[in-house]
Amino acid sequence: MKNLLATTAFLTFGASAALAQTVGFSQIGSESGWRAAETTLTKQQAEERGITLKFSDAQQKQENQIAAIRSFIAQGVDAILLAPVVATGWDSVLEEAKEAEIPVVLLDRRLDSDDSLYLTAVGSDLVHEGEVAGKWLVDQASGEECRVVELQGTTGSSPAIDRKTGFEKGIAGADNIEIVRSQTGDFTRAQGKEVMESFLQAENGGKDICALYAHNDDMAVGAIQAIKEAGLKPGEDILIVSIDAVPDIFQAMSAGEANATVELTPNMAGPAFDALEAYLADGTEPAKFIQTESKLYTQADDPAGEYERRKDLGY
Amino acid sequence: MNPRLFPLAATIGIFLLACLICVIQFPYMLSTRVVGNLLTDNAYLGIVAVGMTVVILSGGIDLSVGSVIAFSGVFIAVMLRDTGLHPIIVFALLLVVSTSFGAGMGWLIHALAMPPFIVTLAGMFLARGAAYMLTIDSVPINHVFYDLLDDAYVLMPGKGRLTLIGVVMLLTVAVGMIVTHRTRFGASVFALGGGEAAARLMGVKVGRTTVLIYAFSGLMAGLSGIVFSVYTSSGYPLATVGTELTAIAAVVIGGTLLTGGAGFVFGTLIGVLTMGLIQTYIVFDGSLSSWWTKIIIGLLLLAFILLQKGLLRVTVSKAGA
Repeated sequence: MKNLLATTAFLTFGASAALAQTVGFSQIGSESGWRAAETTLTKQQAEERGITLKFSDAQQKQENQIAAIRSFIAQGVDAILLAPVVATGWDSVLEEAKEAEIPVVLLDRRLDSDDSLYLTAVGSDLVHEGEVAGKWLVDQASGEECRVVELQGTTGSSPAIDRKTGFEKGIAGADNIEIVRSQTGDFTRAQGKEVMESFLQAENGGKDICALYAHNDDMAVGAIQAIKEAGLKPGEDILIVSIDAVPDIFQAMSAGEANATVELTPNMAGPAFDALEAYLADGTEPAKFIQTESKLYTQADDPAGEYERRKDLGY
Repeated sequence: MNPRLFPLAATIGIFLLACLICVIQFPYMLSTRVVGNLLTDNAYLGIVAVGMTVVILSGGIDLSVGSVIAFSGVFIAVMLRDTGLHPIIVFALLLVVSTSFGAGMGWLIHALAMPPFIVTLAGMFLARGAAYMLTIDSVPINHVFYDLLDDAYVLMPGKGRLTLIGVVMLLTVAVGMIVTHRTRFGASVFALGGGEAAARLMGVKVGRTTVLIYAFSGLMAGLSGIVFSVYTSSGYPLATVGTELTAIAAVVIGGTLLTGGAGFVFGTLIGVLTMGLIQTYIVFDGSLSSWWTKIIIGLLLLAFILLQKGLLRVTVSKAGA
């Protein structure tokens, strides 16, 4: 009986699979504002392109993600987007997807699996982000002596390591720029403020600091508070450059309190859908890594407008 | 019908109803792929829930199992990475460790007359901590034997896969049914669940039984850990957080009385599958928030607890009349 039903189901399944463009998206969860924005943008992108998006939030659990991918395969989706919660343990489920000829695109994070198991990975180059920030500062200082303090991300985390390396790469060769202090602010606003306070005290009340580089916007926002409380003008007395481009930093920029931010775009789905469309249309194989643009925003780039555009994305 | 069978009947009824709703809305769900997925994706949960059923039948609780599963995965991954031992030997070692761990908790519960809740809570932290001691990263397992285990499946008509770990889960449930319903140990578990004093009067060796119950749960958690490590081909200390609670939910939705003394291992399997089915439904729908899984499971739990209370009242009034 079960067999008969299963066969019938399989037949119906086989017949209707090719009709609509359906994409399954297995998201890690909604642990940060950035991720919530990624989810919102993925849904928007799918809607704009007329793609039916099957969304599954794994609540930070790999077992939920694996189960969701298997269900997507059973459902016969045309493609799967995966933002993997950990780097290991995906081989067998990705093999199943491959056997079912369903392309998988990784968003934002990478895997340890063999790269033949997925179509491509869309992500940001964290080192490049730091480099963009560093180069901006080199241009801004235009040869003058500049003592920089750095607020690092969570010690040992890959964004902290890579954004530090990238920034150092960006300022390499500019002897006028020197990182004089560098400490972790744990990616949080509160820690950013606290550590900035100690930087200010150590550097002659902040008079010896020419610029602040923060590994994310949240720490920069905290540091801005500390600078204001020390009686200095953030954005003028101390230049501020950070990474992520969350709405709050645009608010600070439009108030003239921050100078530049490098965007970590939450729109990973756009390039992913582009690659998928090309692949599904005529089998064009994309490169194994699609790097998203690390765009630099300064006060000249209509920060108030950027704030309006971003504030409803769920950050 | 025996009122003791009501919860099991309700469980099966709900499962069939859930199947019906799913199939009406998403005809694809009646494919062997979905059936295969349900067994594979819930294999680790099904196995650990068998152990949990025995514990709950005895009137106890075991909060350590989620951590033990994570510890097992990490233990296996680290042993395979750092030593040349064959996976089968590592599995055997692990089962000895996890069973002794369970037995140790059982002994503490009996010897110190401590509530199982507290002892196994400590066990939960200990096992999770031990997993972190071994590694803080997710460690991939690359062993030919694992590839073999991973590729061990039967292709059902319709491309569904009946995987080895799914079959292991079904076999474990079968063994659990025999142990619980057909052995002297099983009878002692039920007696203990009815009340310790009464069990003692019936000649149950309470200490020995308690140790065995938690050892069995530890064994199941270890086996579940092995299955989970095959499932993900890696060990990750943050894996399966909260799985003990999911297992308890599966047991209760499976019709076992939370206070102990009544229930069926088979019901637990249906409970696990029901929960898996809800999750599948939500992924198939693709627009519902996955928190609905939790909300529906919460409602089901509540319904079952009310059902149990109601039944208790029926039985009591019958006994009175």
